[in-house]
Amino acid sequence: MEMNRRDLFRFGGKLLVLASAGATLEQIIGAEPAPEAYKQADHWWGMIIDIEKCIGCGNCVKACSKENNVPDGFFRTWVERYEVPEGYTNPKVTSPKGAIDGFPLPQPTDLKAFFVPKLCNHCADSPCTQVCPVGATFVSPDGVVLVDKEYCLGCRYCVQACPYGCRYLNPETETIDKCTLCYHRITKGLTTACCENCPTQARVLVDFKNPKDPVHEFLRTHKVSVLKPQMATEAKVYYNNLDGAVR
Amino acid sequence: MIPGVDGFMYPNETELQWSILIVLYPFITGLVAGAFILASLERVFKVEAVKPTYRLALLTALSFLLVAPLPLQLHLGHPERSFEMYLTPHTSSAMAMFGFVYLWYLTVVLLLEIWLDYRVEIVHLSKHSTGPLRLVYKALTLGSDNVSEGARRIDDRVGYTITVIGIPSAFMLHGYVGFIFGSIKANPWWSTPLMPVVFLFSAMVSGIAAVMLLYMAAMKVKGLRIDMRCVDTIAKYLFYTFVIDFTLEMLDLIHRTYEADESFRSLNFMVHTRLWASHVLLQIGAGTVVPLALLAATQLRRFSEAARKVIYVCAGSLTLIGIFAMRWNVVIGGQLFSKSFLGYTTYKMDLVTREGLLPAILLMLLPFAIFFVLIKLLPPWQHSEASGD
Repeated sequence: MEMNRRDLFRFGGKLLVLASAGATLEQIIGAEPAPEAYKQADHWWGMIIDIEKCIGCGNCVKACSKENNVPDGFFRTWVERYEVPEGYTNPKVTSPKGAIDGFPLPQPTDLKAFFVPKLCNHCADSPCTQVCPVGATFVSPDGVVLVDKEYCLGCRYCVQACPYGCRYLNPETETIDKCTLCYHRITKGLTTACCENCPTQARVLVDFKNPKDPVHEFLRTHKVSVLKPQMATEAKVYYNNLDGAVR
Repeated sequence: MIPGVDGFMYPNETELQWSILIVLYPFITGLVAGAFILASLERVFKVEAVKPTYRLALLTALSFLLVAPLPLQLHLGHPERSFEMYLTPHTSSAMAMFGFVYLWYLTVVLLLEIWLDYRVEIVHLSKHSTGPLRLVYKALTLGSDNVSEGARRIDDRVGYTITVIGIPSAFMLHGYVGFIFGSIKANPWWSTPLMPVVFLFSAMVSGIAAVMLLYMAAMKVKGLRIDMRCVDTIAKYLFYTFVIDFTLEMLDLIHRTYEADESFRSLNFMVHTRLWASHVLLQIGAGTVVPLALLAATQLRRFSEAARKVIYVCAGSLTLIGIFAMRWNVVIGGQLFSKSFLGYTTYKMDLVTREGLLPAILLMLLPFAIFFVLIKLLPPWQHSEASGD
C-alpha cells in the first residue's frame, strides 16, 4: 500500500489521539498495579560491598549526588583508593573529590591496591543517634538512620560521634545531612541510586528480614567484616574481602 | 591536594565542625564552677580567710553563667529550635541535659544564694535609694522586706543549704561538660573517663585564678588595701587544686603513651606538629609548669607582700591562659586529625563571621560588662573593706 504525506499525517494524528486516550484511561482506572503498601516492620535494610568488584569508577558517588542534591564538597557516599605497602601499617589513601569523577589512572606499582566504597553504616546501635540532644536523628523501624530536617538544631554533636565521617552540615538547610539509603526509593520497591548505578554490582542493597534475599546465602559463604568493628556500633554495611588496613 | 590537609581525611572531615565558640563554652562554664567552689570554701568549709572574695566570687559566677549559653546559641544551625531541648529532650544524649543542668544551677543555686545573701541590703536600698534604682531594688526584694533577726537567721540557714547543694551542682555543671567530650568513643583524643574529672579540676583552677585576679584588680581600682591573708589563702588553694589537675592530665598523657593504642601514632604526631605551640608550649609549659612553679615558690619561701602580689598576678594570668589553651586543645585539637588516623586538617578561624574571632572576643568581654553592672547594683565590698582597712 502506498502512503503519501497526507495519509502519513492522518495516520499519525489518529495514533496520537488513540495513545492520549489510552494514557488518560490508564490514569483514570489506574492501570498500573498499585504497589504493595510498604510496612517498615517487614524490613531491615543494609548493604553488601564487595571490595574485589569495585573498579573505582565513581558512578555511585555521582548518582548519589544527583539523586539527593548533595551540596558540592560534601558526600553521602565516597570511594577511597588504598595502596598498602607490604608489612607497613600506614597505607596511602586517596579519594579525590570523594571519587565523584573516579580516579586518575594509577602509576604502575607493586603495592596492594584496591577501592573501598564508603557510606553511612546504618548502625543498629548508632552513636550518632545516641548523642542527638532532641532525637532529630533516629533509627527507623526498618533499620535506616535518618535525620528529621524540621527538628535538627544543627549542633553537630552527631558529626563528632560518627566514627566513619559520614555526616555533614548541609550549608543550605543548616541541618545535618547524611546517606538515607535512598529511603524515598527503597520504600517504593526500588534500590538505592548508588547500587543501581554500580556497573559491577560491587554494592548491593540487602534486606535482612527478607528470607529470600541472597544476603543470607552470601553471609554464609563469604568472609565478611564491617568497618571499625571495635566501635561496636552494629554496622549493617558488610564488606567482602575487607583488608585489615582499611580504616 | 586540599589546602591545609596533610595525608588522608574522610571527605566530610576537612572542615572543623566545632569552632572557637565551642572552646569558649567549657572555658566559661569552668570559670563559673570554679568561682562558685571558691565561694563555698567560706560558706560551707568555713575558710574565713577567703571571706572578702565570697560575694565577688558569686557575682563572677553569675556574670559568666549568664553568658555561657550564648556561644552555643550562636553556633547552632537553628538557634530558634534550641528550646526543643527542654520540650523534647533526648534522654540518651549528654548534651540534652545541658539546659536542665544550666537552669538548675542558674535559678536554684546561684540566683537564690545571691538573693539570700544580699536580701538585707536589697531591702535597705529599696527604701533609701532614689529614682529608677529604687524600683529596681523594690523588684529585687520580690515583695519580701522582713529583715528581722529571725528572718536573717532563716536566710542564712537556707543560704547554707543551697551552697551545700551548690557544690555537687557545680561539680555536675562542669563534670558534665567534660562528659560531653569524654563519652565520644569515635574520638580517641576525647574518649577517656578522666575527661570529666580533668575538666572539673581545671574548672576549679581557672575559677579560683579568675576570682583572685578580679579581687586584686577590684581592690586596686577601688583604692582599697588588698587583704593579703585572703590572697595568700586563695593562692594556696589554687596551688593544691592545680597540682591535682596537672597530675590527672599527666596521668592521662602517660596512660596514652604507655598503652599506645591504634590512635597513638596519629595523636602523637599531631601533638608534635600542629598542637606543639598550643599544647606543649602554651598549655603545659607557660600555662601549667610556670604558674605551678611560681605558686610552689610562694609556698616554700617567704616573699615580701609586693613580690607576692606580682607572683600571684603572673601565676593567675598564666593559669587562665593555660586553661584556655587546654580547652582549645581539647575542642580544636580533637578535630584536627582524621578518624581514619591517616591525616590532619587545619582550623581556619574566621574573623567577623557568626563563629569567628570577633564574636568570640565580644562574648568574652560580655561577662565583664555584666560583672561591672552587678557590682554597681549589688556592691560586694563591705566585707572586704571591713577586713581590709
